[in-house]
Amino acid sequence: MATLPVGTLYRGGEGMWTWVLHRITGVAVFFFLIVHVLDTALVRVSPEAYDLVIATYKTPIVNLLEVGLVGAVLYHALNGLRVILVDFWSRGPRYQRQMTWAIGAVWIVLMVPGTFFMLKHTIEAMFGSTS
Amino acid sequence: MSTTAQPGPVSIPAPRSTQRTGQRSNFELYSWLFMRISGIVLVFLVLAHLVIMNILDGGVQRINFAFVAGRWSSPFWQVWDLMMLWLAMLHGTNGLRTIINDYAERDQTRFWLKMILYVAAAFTIILGTLVIFTFDPNIG
Repeated sequence: MATLPVGTLYRGGEGMWTWVLHRITGVAVFFFLIVHVLDTALVRVSPEAYDLVIATYKTPIVNLLEVGLVGAVLYHALNGLRVILVDFWSRGPRYQRQMTWAIGAVWIVLMVPGTFFMLKHTIEAMFGSTS
Repeated sequence: MSTTAQPGPVSIPAPRSTQRTGQRSNFELYSWLFMRISGIVLVFLVLAHLVIMNILDGGVQRINFAFVAGRWSSPFWQVWDLMMLWLAMLHGTNGLRTIINDYAERDQTRFWLKMILYVAAAFTIILGTLVIFTFDPNIG
C-alpha cells in the first residue's frame, strides 16, 4: 500500500470510481434526454417526420447504443440508491463497499437478459430467425 | 508502509477560502435533498419507461406515431411522461450545474456555461410540456 498518495481520504478506492462513473453516466444520459425530447417533439410536426426519425432507433448500431444507454441509466439508478443509503442509513457508510459489489451484481443480473431482449430483433435480422 | 513520518489517520486541510459574508442561503441544501428525492422517484419512472419502450413486446421496433398516440390517449401515461420530463430535466440540470461549478475555474466561463445550460433546460422542459399537452392524434 506504499503507493497510496499521502493525505487522501478518498482517492483511488471504490468510492472514487463509482463517483466518476456516476458523473459520466449522468452527463451522457442528460444529453440523450435533450435529444429524446426533441425527437419526440416531432409528433407535433407530422406522423411521417416522427416515424422517419424513430426508424434510426431501430437500426443495428443505434440499437446497440440503446443497450449502452440502458446500462448507463441502470448504473446511475443503482449507484444513486447506494448514495442515498450511505447518506441516510445509519449503517450505510460502513457497508458502502459491500453495496458497491451488490449494485454491480444487480446490474449484471438485469443487463444480461435486458441486452438479449433489446438486441433480439437486430440479431434475428442480421443472422436469421432463431425460432 | 510509506516512508512518510506522518502516522495515524489522514486529515483534510482547513478550507482556504475566506469565510462567507452576507446572506446565507439554504439553496445548496435543498438542491442536495432534491437530487435524492427526485432520484428515488425517477428510478421507478425511468426504469419502467425503459422496460416498456425497449424490452417488452418487441421493444423499440414497435414504436411509431400510432404507438405514441395510443399511449397519450391515456391521462395516466401523460402524467407519467410529464413527471418524468420535469424531474429528469431538473435532476440533470442540477447535476450539470454541480459539474460546471466543479471544473470551470474562471468566473466568466462558469457563468456562461451555466447560462447555456439553463436556457437549454428551460427550452427542453417547455417544449416537452407543450408537446404532451397539445398532442393531436389526427395531425397530418
